[in-house]
Amino acid sequence: MDFIAGNYDVLVVGAGHAGIEAALAAARIGCKTAVITMNLDAIGNCPCNPSIGGTAKGHLVREIDALGGEIAKTADECFLQSRMLNKGKGPAVHSLRVQIDRNKYSRVMKRKLELQQNLDVKQAEIIDIFKKDALWCLKTRLNALYLAECVVICTGTYLDGTIHVGEVSYQSGPDNMFSSRLLTASLKKLGLPLRKFKTGTPARVLRSSIDFSKLEKQLGDKNIVPFSYSSGNLGDNKIACYVAWTNEQTKKVILDNINRSPMYSGKIDGIGPRYCPSIEDKMVRFSDKQRHQMFIEPCGIDTEEMYLQGMSSSLPEDVQIEFYRTIDGLQNVKIMRPAYAIEYACVDPLELLPSLEFKNFSGLFGAGQFNGSSGYEEAAAQGFIAGVNAALKVKRKSPLILDRASSYIGTLIDDLVSKGTHEPYRMMTSRSEYRLVLRQDNADERLMPLGKDLGLVTDEQWYRFLDRQKRKSDELKRARSTVISPSEALNREIVSRGTSPIASGVHLADLLKRPQLNYNVLKPFDPTRAEHDDNILECTEIEIKYQGYIDKQNRQIQEMRRLECQVIPADIEYEKLAGLRLEAREKLKKIRPLNMGQASRISGVSPADMSVLAIWIAKWHREKEKLQ
Amino acid sequence: MHTIAAISTALAPGGIGIIRISGDSAISVADSIFKSFDGTKLADLNGYCAKFGRIFYNRSVVDRVIALVFRAPHSYTGENVVEISCHGGVYIVQKILDIVLKNGAVLAQPGEFTKRAFLNGKMDLSEAESVMNLISAQGEKAEKIAVSGMEGKINKKIIQIKTSLVDIMAGLSAWSDFPDEDIPQVDRNLLKTKLDAILADLISLNSTFFATRALINGLKIAVTGCPNVGKSSLLNLLMGYQRAIVSDIAGTTRDVVEGTTMIGDIPVTLFDTAGIRDTVDIVEKLGVQRAKECLADADIIFVLFDSSRTLCENDREVISLIDLSKSVAVLNKSDLQLSLDLDEINKYFSRYVRISAKNSAGIDELKNLVYDFVGMDKLGGSEVFISGQRQFDIINRTISILKEAQCALDNGMTLDAITVLIQNSLDVLAQLTGENATDEVINAVFSKFCLGK
Repeated sequence: MDFIAGNYDVLVVGAGHAGIEAALAAARIGCKTAVITMNLDAIGNCPCNPSIGGTAKGHLVREIDALGGEIAKTADECFLQSRMLNKGKGPAVHSLRVQIDRNKYSRVMKRKLELQQNLDVKQAEIIDIFKKDALWCLKTRLNALYLAECVVICTGTYLDGTIHVGEVSYQSGPDNMFSSRLLTASLKKLGLPLRKFKTGTPARVLRSSIDFSKLEKQLGDKNIVPFSYSSGNLGDNKIACYVAWTNEQTKKVILDNINRSPMYSGKIDGIGPRYCPSIEDKMVRFSDKQRHQMFIEPCGIDTEEMYLQGMSSSLPEDVQIEFYRTIDGLQNVKIMRPAYAIEYACVDPLELLPSLEFKNFSGLFGAGQFNGSSGYEEAAAQGFIAGVNAALKVKRKSPLILDRASSYIGTLIDDLVSKGTHEPYRMMTSRSEYRLVLRQDNADERLMPLGKDLGLVTDEQWYRFLDRQKRKSDELKRARSTVISPSEALNREIVSRGTSPIASGVHLADLLKRPQLNYNVLKPFDPTRAEHDDNILECTEIEIKYQGYIDKQNRQIQEMRRLECQVIPADIEYEKLAGLRLEAREKLKKIRPLNMGQASRISGVSPADMSVLAIWIAKWHREKEKLQ
Repeated sequence: MHTIAAISTALAPGGIGIIRISGDSAISVADSIFKSFDGTKLADLNGYCAKFGRIFYNRSVVDRVIALVFRAPHSYTGENVVEISCHGGVYIVQKILDIVLKNGAVLAQPGEFTKRAFLNGKMDLSEAESVMNLISAQGEKAEKIAVSGMEGKINKKIIQIKTSLVDIMAGLSAWSDFPDEDIPQVDRNLLKTKLDAILADLISLNSTFFATRALINGLKIAVTGCPNVGKSSLLNLLMGYQRAIVSDIAGTTRDVVEGTTMIGDIPVTLFDTAGIRDTVDIVEKLGVQRAKECLADADIIFVLFDSSRTLCENDREVISLIDLSKSVAVLNKSDLQLSLDLDEINKYFSRYVRISAKNSAGIDELKNLVYDFVGMDKLGGSEVFISGQRQFDIINRTISILKEAQCALDNGMTLDAITVLIQNSLDVLAQLTGENATDEVINAVFSKFCLGK
């Protein structure tokens, strides 16, 4: 028999990377929150790969940290190896990536949830969701009913999950967890347009079955930069990773058996991500490529399982054994967990507002893979925003909406809710038009004040931030006013770096503007410089060196924000708007953008349509004034 | 809001033409190109006041004009507005618009003045509907022109250039977004070579706006032919006064003579070149040398023949020395008996015209021939002209951003900054084709590179 098991402000369904951030943010803002998951041992599970960060994803992690989220701190606590990617390619694309101990990560996150005030952690399968008066009601498999004003759905790949390995398919969540089937039917009944996406993971193999003498070692950075602004020194790297390559034989085995792949036999119709293709996909689509690179990474410090990055597959297990063993170093490899593809249900994100609340279902929010994205970091970013906004709704406050110029988080969400996606969406630096402003080194400057306003940034973090800001601005002032005099030694140094000598005194900032020079090179000639962390010097130098570009981007941002401020009235009837072209009318009707900025980014809305819209809005305002 | 500008009178030869500038910096834009005769700055004028003065470009006078200042909100658009009334004629009006655009204004979108007028409360509420319809109609018209142009060579070329830029961006994006993958390194020298090629394409593309350019910048026409066929007489006829020394002695013109005139609406600089022939006279030899340079530089060459006699060796030598693709045959002395073999002329020249410099006959035919040569008929109505101007404008902006990228590349700037510039250039160029450049780049990344974890 049904029974009421609890009344909450916010309920979070799922405790993966999205659910964790959602639950912690809502509870920390002061809402009575519960997070419900099918298996407490899978909290913060990392079934895809044992790493966090990477290009653009590392930016997301930093941004979540600046706002007061948890992923960065936990990644720092569980890191095994850390690398700053893209050094030398310019500050806009520097990205941090760490290998993590995945079992530890899961345990640490579970404990953080358990210790969090205002938060209950429950193991249950939600099988039904419905509206009960003004509240949302979640029903568990065991007939318990949970009531709340807001619900955040973070079902990941569990929702209607199906695992495919060769000719075999079965209902399952990731890592052979139960899949959530009954909830799928309930969400459909509610009226959410669900669709199928697909992703996959490679095999896990036994460390002692690998011949490391044949592999190239990949080490972490010497100077480790933590993800979190709150983390101190992380210590040394704990592990090495290895590089291996496929060969002609691997290709032959795969292509000979391609008809046994569920992707090619037509068994899977879910859409997979292009940036994360299976090895058979790579072999087919890039058949002229001689060899493909792969990485071998430890899954943790207390396990012998090794992860084969770049080698995900849905071929049958016997074929997997055969093709993995063609690879130099893996001739005798023993598979512990076979690779698999997983299909799952998710929602069309065009149904969501930028707050991640459903347009048609007040109080219902979505985050993570459920919204059509991919990746732990993308999930955590949305989970955080959805959790914050669920809490703000309960508190009767206006939602937190980050625009594209503020962050990668804002870019991610705007892309999802304005453009939609036809494949699991991955963050990339190429997706941001404001790359030189949205850097990983200045995430705190961009977002920490917002985190402080939300009450998610502690006083200690805040004062450290203010101190860092002051040091930065002092150093900037000093660099702009300090004159460096020419000397033989200085000119010898700068000429050796391929730039012209100076004849008279030059401001330090003007020297730093030259791409060939930096603080390090100029140190001996700059005696008045105080001791600073690398981070402060790095930020200052970037601001000086890239000032022209940053100013240019800031002007573009100003123009974008001007449009963003022009709100489109919610009751606009596009049907009645004279002068809109048909395609624009259909798109606008479906997406219902909140402001002119969002409208301008919808494909198929032309400048002429924008003009028509601008005039209609002006007319609307004037008519309203008249009535008053 | 940007400050916008456009020609607000019909683009046809007429008494006066008006260029309207509207926006916060309308007055300062106008002040940067206009100098009143009494030295007053427009910025110091009240609204509804006018000043007589001159428009300058590169320190030379373009036209005498009247600048009329409207101060916000008392103007058509409700913003600061300057209206420049200049001497009519397509060339001058276009030229002044061009100068205004070079000094900080952007070309107005279709219906944009009216839209601003409405947004700034200068129009009645009941007019809103008609304004919306007007804008969408004008937008559709512009789109139609763009679409019809799509099939044309110019747009094919633009799409091709854009594809090259997308490819470069895909290479840069894949390289920076997938650092651990087996992606080729971006080679700065190769990148530079590719940018050079794209810039060369864009620059040559803009030169295909021959008619537009002819109207805005004018044409250089060289007059050549063997000695004493009447080159100087033709020049004088076109110029309307005795500019060159005319005599019956062969080799009278020893230097290149320049003169400026109008052929219809097209401003033309004429070069009367020395007769090309082998000579021992040192002064004349120098003249011949300069004449050859002049012929290479000209947009069009008028090759003059005496139609009262057959082609001589000297005529054939002239023909062998010139670029026939930009030459037209002008057959002088139509007042005399025709002895020239027209079939032979047709063999060398795609166009010829018969004139009599002595009797001033055939000048209209010559004008038509020039119009035909630059493709004035392709300009059609003023909309097409404006669409040409828009393409020209966008391509020029793309060129200037890419030049900045080249410069940054030469200075050793990191590739993330260069990537941003190339992305900007692509966004600007994409305005001509309408696709979303970011999506195209991402699609190209995945179709060109094998990525995946």
